[in-house]
Amino acid sequence: MTKVTMTVNGKSMSAMTEGRTLLSAYLREGLGLTGTHIGCDTSQCGACVVHVNGLAVKSCSVFAQDVAGASVKTIEGMANADGSLGVIQQAFQDHHGLQCGFCTPGMVMTTAALLAENPRPSETEVRHYLEGNICRCTGYHNIVKAVLAASGQDANAIAAE
Amino acid sequence: MYDFELVKPGTIGDAVAAMARGDAQALSGGQTLLPTMKQRLASPAVLVSLTGIAEMQGVCIGDGGLHIGGATPHAVVAREAARHYPALAALASGIGDPAVRNRGTIGGSVANNDPAACYPSAVLASGAVVVTNLRRIAADDYFKGMFTTALKDGEIITEVQFPIPARAAYVKFDQPASRFALTAVFVAKYATGVRVAVTGASNGGVFRWSEAEAALSANFSATAIAGLTVNPAGMIADLHGTAAYRANLVKVLTGRAVTAAA
Amino acid sequence: MPKDTGPKDHGIGASVTRREDIRFLTGKGRYTADINLRGQSYAYFLRSDVAHGVINAIDTSAATAMPGVLAIMTGADFAAMGGNPAGWLIQSRGGEAMKEPKRPVLAHGKVRHVGDAYAIVVAETLEQAKDAAAAIEADITELPAIVDMAAAVANKDHRVHDEIGDNVCFDWGWIEDNRAAVDAAFKSAPHVTTLELVNNRLVPNAMEPRASIADYDAGTQDYKLYTTSQNPHLSRLLIAAFVMGIPENKLTVIAPDVGGGFGSKIYHYGEEAAVLAASKALNRPVKWVAERTESFLSDAHGRDHVTKIQLALTKDGTFLALRTETLANVGAYLSNFSTATPTFLHGTLMSGPYKTPLVYVNVKAVFTNTAPVDAYRGAGRPEATYSIERIVDMAADELGLDPLEIRRKNLLTPDQFPYQSPVGLMYDIGNYQATLDKMVQLGDVAGFDARAAESKAKGKLRGIGYSTWIEACGIAPSNLVGVLGARVGLFDAATVRVNATGSISVMTGAHSHGQGHETVFAQIVADRLGIPEGSVDIVHGDTSKIPFGMGSYGSRSLSVAGSAMIKAVDKIIAKGKKIAAHMLEAAEGDIVFEGGKFSVTGTDKAKTFGEIAFSAYVPHNYPLETLEPGLEETAFYDPANFTYPAGAYACEVEVDPGTGRVEVMSFTCADDFGNVMNPMIVDGQVHGGVGQGIGQALLENTSYDENGQLLSGSYMDYAMPRAQDVPFYTVDHSCITPCTHNPLGVKGCGEAGAIGSPPAVVNAVINALHRGGYDHVKHIDMPVSPSRVWSAMQA
Repeated sequence: MTKVTMTVNGKSMSAMTEGRTLLSAYLREGLGLTGTHIGCDTSQCGACVVHVNGLAVKSCSVFAQDVAGASVKTIEGMANADGSLGVIQQAFQDHHGLQCGFCTPGMVMTTAALLAENPRPSETEVRHYLEGNICRCTGYHNIVKAVLAASGQDANAIAAE
Repeated sequence: MYDFELVKPGTIGDAVAAMARGDAQALSGGQTLLPTMKQRLASPAVLVSLTGIAEMQGVCIGDGGLHIGGATPHAVVAREAARHYPALAALASGIGDPAVRNRGTIGGSVANNDPAACYPSAVLASGAVVVTNLRRIAADDYFKGMFTTALKDGEIITEVQFPIPARAAYVKFDQPASRFALTAVFVAKYATGVRVAVTGASNGGVFRWSEAEAALSANFSATAIAGLTVNPAGMIADLHGTAAYRANLVKVLTGRAVTAAA
Repeated sequence: MPKDTGPKDHGIGASVTRREDIRFLTGKGRYTADINLRGQSYAYFLRSDVAHGVINAIDTSAATAMPGVLAIMTGADFAAMGGNPAGWLIQSRGGEAMKEPKRPVLAHGKVRHVGDAYAIVVAETLEQAKDAAAAIEADITELPAIVDMAAAVANKDHRVHDEIGDNVCFDWGWIEDNRAAVDAAFKSAPHVTTLELVNNRLVPNAMEPRASIADYDAGTQDYKLYTTSQNPHLSRLLIAAFVMGIPENKLTVIAPDVGGGFGSKIYHYGEEAAVLAASKALNRPVKWVAERTESFLSDAHGRDHVTKIQLALTKDGTFLALRTETLANVGAYLSNFSTATPTFLHGTLMSGPYKTPLVYVNVKAVFTNTAPVDAYRGAGRPEATYSIERIVDMAADELGLDPLEIRRKNLLTPDQFPYQSPVGLMYDIGNYQATLDKMVQLGDVAGFDARAAESKAKGKLRGIGYSTWIEACGIAPSNLVGVLGARVGLFDAATVRVNATGSISVMTGAHSHGQGHETVFAQIVADRLGIPEGSVDIVHGDTSKIPFGMGSYGSRSLSVAGSAMIKAVDKIIAKGKKIAAHMLEAAEGDIVFEGGKFSVTGTDKAKTFGEIAFSAYVPHNYPLETLEPGLEETAFYDPANFTYPAGAYACEVEVDPGTGRVEVMSFTCADDFGNVMNPMIVDGQVHGGVGQGIGQALLENTSYDENGQLLSGSYMDYAMPRAQDVPFYTVDHSCITPCTHNPLGVKGCGEAGAIGSPPAVVNAVINALHRGGYDHVKHIDMPVSPSRVWSAMQA
């Protein structure tokens, strides 16, 4: 077992790992951050997306030791400092962009990555960027609206076009 | 997953040394390898992560055209190759999804040679050179059938060098579940002729469609291949498409790629 | 009963945003896999990798000796336990009871599908459990796999269950007495349209895989089970009374946050009993979390019908009679609702929204060496709707009629309600013309030709397809379902507990796994009581906290559990009036409750709801013989009938003739759900259902090979709809005919989208091909994949 330290949501945190310990397991079991979810075993569903050094990755497909020392951001670090919902989170609530909530952390983290790259994405760009995040509840309608709204666009108008 | 020792060398030399240890496997992004290991279909004793090797990172122009470090993630290629080789950048931007593109690397993809992967078609259509710690391998000598390449045990792809074509396009038809290529075609037009490489379609892995290359070298237009047919024999038949369907896609997508490139 | 039509910010009819979102959006949801108990161990199930085989011996000796291994149990260890039963008894046409082979906790004697679990390994860590599972030596003699239903019925030598010679569970006729009249109508009919189709097998794929944690307390001999369930009480009942034989009061089942269900988490699965038994044996908590691969192999699948349907018509398109013959796959074992799904949730819907006077349905349920098949979003009703709406389009095509006009001609009209259908249901109310008109307007059907011309200019073939659908939901009426074979009542219950300070806890038997009950139920209760929604908390998912409940499925939560809640709230109001009468020294009959106040009619004497609540718990001077302290009421509600939501859908597609790829360009839904409590949530339910319906129509294909190996066993081969595969939808539920028999006038919206959408998509594809000159293409089975479309075009 090897101790691995990362900066997670701004705090230095450590847990013991094996070589095979996935980043997702490190977060969920090692650090108790269970907001990151596991929905598949083939790197397809995206429920486990977190940011490593500012980039969205599927934490189920990264070994913890391979990103030792990295700066990691998870869904637990997305709220405002006062605990209120961040802009993306608030847009998801306002537009009913989640139902069962299981895919939601990955959706929010992927959205954050998208908006960092492309602050005003088109509907097509949003749908393309969410390609690696599967939702079974919403039919994506309200997720896409939430992302557009989080980027400051008039989601209702775009959806009605 | 079986346990293993993960090592993360900082230089190619250290990586080669680590690979020389018994039962070692290179990890270059791992977006295909990890799912395989989860199924306990692979059980290396040592996993050598290549993502920390600075000399294997990045995109630049060199003697061989566009040089891409073996451990360069798809997302970086998508961004940094765009002004030099837009078709290649577009290919990279369509692999997997954004999170996969941040981890998956060109070297990993080319070493794995999945019959439905995107990069092999670009490497083959570009007549690229696969550079390893040991040697330079021409694309035409590199691909040896699905999941099989000219690489030897312990050999690491350090760079891929792409001659930059005058025109090129990649058209991918997604397999609807995996988002790999159900069939995809890379067309590249060089002064010396046109090269057409097809991925996703053949049981033999990526291949060049030589009849189309001849026709397009004479006349670089979609009409030039209108009279050609693709033999379905040897094409992949699975849940997602029959062999005849894939043969059709080869022709249709080649035509579209030519139109997009022209 | 929306009180006004303007936008509201609270109460019934308002699009209140969801309170549960806060925890889901901040990573504080608590799903079963997120729960870790002190001292827990980890379970791994060893599953068959052959579809059919005889278990000769299982040698666990080497595995038992491996590091960290705590226990290994096999099917033999559970052989004395009861079977996991089917909830509905179906009788064959001759009156013979269906065949009910025992479904054991773990396979014993034989394995019957790939993924059939035959051993549980418990170890200190999950990896140790997996390592040990790999060391178990199972001597299994592989037998020929029975995969194809027609072959299963024909081949008497290959049996999934040795005692069932033809692999047929039942051969059901509905309604058998009508058969001769239906056949006679076909003989004399001017036109008969015939279609053979497949309703493709689906894997529900809730994003949260199943998981269970068992925690046995040797001190009290109490079992606790955390599990991914849509209905914890049913699981408790099945585990306690049928499988394990433990008193119900010694078992608590908790379904915490559950990440989607869509039917797959209605049922009790063997893994739950296995971890409970292991926890008792070890006196430690035992945790199991399915990997997605296990979900594919062992969750109950959905649909999987092969149907021949015929429609008899006049030359002008008036429906005369309809008949079907269906083979319905039940898989290797009967899952809990598996026998109801292809029968009473399917056959009773076969007259759809139409006036068809004569209908006969025959369903043979067939055992195969595949995973069990059961209710998946819509459950039987999508199968019925798809068959009907496809043959209606085909008949219109054969007779040269417009697909909208043939529907208009045959739809029931508002004056015909209540309508006794020829397949046993009494539709209480509806206005199918209204939703059809609304769909035509919202979908801009008039502008289709212009859009088709634009598509043609791009080299694409555009088509439009319709579906007018109805369903029976609010799965309940115990009287009715009892007649139909249900072995349980399907009422629901609620307890409304008013706390001393006036805040309220509502314990409901419904279970929310995405539906937003915590928000909507609070809206309803608060609205009824005239108090702030923030004062009302909804408690669900824990058998130790709630009175009883049948859970959430069949679009039943609001119409059944919501009605129970209203009933309990009304009891609270009645009790409040008694308290108010006492406090205000007035006659109980003179107390009126309005706007959150109890007042004496005709006076200004009043007590607020809060004052009444406080008084109930500080009853210093109550007349105790006539007025009990406290303010808590429980109600059970059992409706008189199903509810009958209905709607009209239009789908537009573009087909790429070079590749056969279908793109959904628009999807329009005009639905009648009765009164709407929270429009935002209703919209979301329809979006989700339509997304799944598009998935069924275009993408999702559960395929076993001839050896019973699942070819589509991961997201690498099972195509889930992604954001790129669907458009923004246009949904509307402004056409309202309130349900006549529940207090809120509500019908249910959870399954609608999945029921109505697949035929609209397929009809649109066929329409596109016909418009493009490919008239020879009469039908393409779902999923209408690019390869299938292209191949059909070549023929």
